[in-house]
Amino acid sequence: MKILVCMKQVPQKDAPLKLNEAGTWIREDVSYEVNEPDAFALEEALRQKEKHTGEVVVITAGPVRAMQVLREALAKGADRAIHLEGDAFVGLDAYNTARAIAAAVKDEKFDLIFTGLQSDDYGYAQTGVILAQILGLPHATIIMHIEKNDAGIRVKRELEAGFFQFVDMPSPAVLTIQSGINKLRYATLIGIKQAKNKPLRKVTLAEVQSAIGGNLQKIEKLYIPQKSKNTEFLEGPPAEVAKKLVEKLKNELRVI
Amino acid sequence: MDTVLVIVEQREGKLNRVSWETIAAGQAIAAQTGWTLEAAVVGSGVAAIASEVAAKKLAKVYDVESSKLEPYTPDAFVHALHEFLGKHPAKLVLMPHTYQVRDFVPKLATALETTAISDVIGVRYEGGKLLFTRQMFQGKFVADVSFAGSGPCFVTFQNGSFRADKVEAGTAPAPIETVNIEIPDSILRNKPQEVFKEAKQAVDLTQAEIIVSVGRGIKEQKNIDLAKQLADALGGELAASRPICDSGWLPMDRQIGSSGQTVAPKLYLALGISGAIQHIVGMKGSRSIVAINKDSEAPIFEIADFAIVGNLFDIVPPLIEEIKKAKA
Repeated sequence: MKILVCMKQVPQKDAPLKLNEAGTWIREDVSYEVNEPDAFALEEALRQKEKHTGEVVVITAGPVRAMQVLREALAKGADRAIHLEGDAFVGLDAYNTARAIAAAVKDEKFDLIFTGLQSDDYGYAQTGVILAQILGLPHATIIMHIEKNDAGIRVKRELEAGFFQFVDMPSPAVLTIQSGINKLRYATLIGIKQAKNKPLRKVTLAEVQSAIGGNLQKIEKLYIPQKSKNTEFLEGPPAEVAKKLVEKLKNELRVI
Repeated sequence: MDTVLVIVEQREGKLNRVSWETIAAGQAIAAQTGWTLEAAVVGSGVAAIASEVAAKKLAKVYDVESSKLEPYTPDAFVHALHEFLGKHPAKLVLMPHTYQVRDFVPKLATALETTAISDVIGVRYEGGKLLFTRQMFQGKFVADVSFAGSGPCFVTFQNGSFRADKVEAGTAPAPIETVNIEIPDSILRNKPQEVFKEAKQAVDLTQAEIIVSVGRGIKEQKNIDLAKQLADALGGELAASRPICDSGWLPMDRQIGSSGQTVAPKLYLALGISGAIQHIVGMKGSRSIVAINKDSEAPIFEIADFAIVGNLFDIVPPLIEEIKKAKA
């Protein structure tokens, strides 16, 4: 089974973020990590490969720093990596990102393509499904289980409010993976060592430029949300804060 | 005149009530722009839903029908809406940001070589331009997003962004037009099975008046007990954000958020929950929200009535003691 995993580097969950001067994006001097559902997508690809043999290829689009995501993936067991490298990739909308990825892998035939179900930065939740449409492949979203069978695959989709659904579909296919589908592994020392010798192909923006167009959606302004609530901050040492809160719970919220 | 079209969501012949919020959004946009507002119900045998929708203030309602639209598949929905929008062009197409819509809208927008602005929480019309507000970076920032193409522009709205009870009724029922779509079997690639629930839902958190909910800030499984003690002291239920249930520290049926339960208790006490969008949509309707988090910039504080910035392990033990004293 040959599987492509699309991964993205995003700011670390608890990293303090600051706006740039133009108010159009964040300042890039923060710590980054792999987008959480993408880590689960990689893990699922590695598990499928272990079960059925094959190859796991990882791809990311982003500046030089995004290479770290690929290195970690190779250290965990991915066989090779593709880096759409350039600062400009950060600003592409989901349609253009998907078109760039499609162009970068146009000569390859994958049985399955995985993405995380959404990214922690833009949160579009669209790139995987768009990629499926561009490649003419069937897709299923928010996947919690994958099983290969004679006809193709059977996947378990998560629906809202605790509901699920099995879907039978042919492969090749694109699946967007939900966090929690499996248990993540750590890279081993030997894996980290081997990663250095694994193939990594760089693709520049110029090489995929003809496949992409202008963004169809534009961020006019990025800003700190206006508070809709009057939040009262309770301050002081823990014992005092606890007293203050209990007073509020009792006299204002009347829940005690 | 330009048209705004609302795609009403139905599942197995039942209207998904979040669609009223989308119609309210459509009515607000139509009022500001002067554009015509229409709605479409897409499915198999959904005329009754079309009639229900036609009672609202809308210029027209379409009943888009094919037996192949039940059960839902992305291939059938995209085929039907692609064809429908070819005959009935719209400038804006609005839908709720549900798991079903997320499954087909990016495909539909791509098939039409256009885009979908997803998970929108507000709209403004400024200088002849529509600005859609959406959260970014897990709610730490919001962005005003404009549409740059020739259309149609698809927009999906986050649950709770508009009020369903604000939908205006029409003075007379809107005309309904039935549109039958041919969908060849050969294009349907996915074969969905029955929808099911994993396990019997042991806990109905929607009925709880007090909920103590834990997030990543609880750090280790053994610390869950501290939150349990707090919930017990308050006489409330224990709940969690998704990562806690993914780790198996609490069962899935105690999960709050888009993939778990949606609750609106008298008190929602969030311990070490940063407030990712998927969690917030499941609890922002709570009557009062208390948040304890060490990160002063955590998005949960945006919606909290009372906020404590600090280490929950320092604050919760004296809090339990104070509650016991107050109740004694």
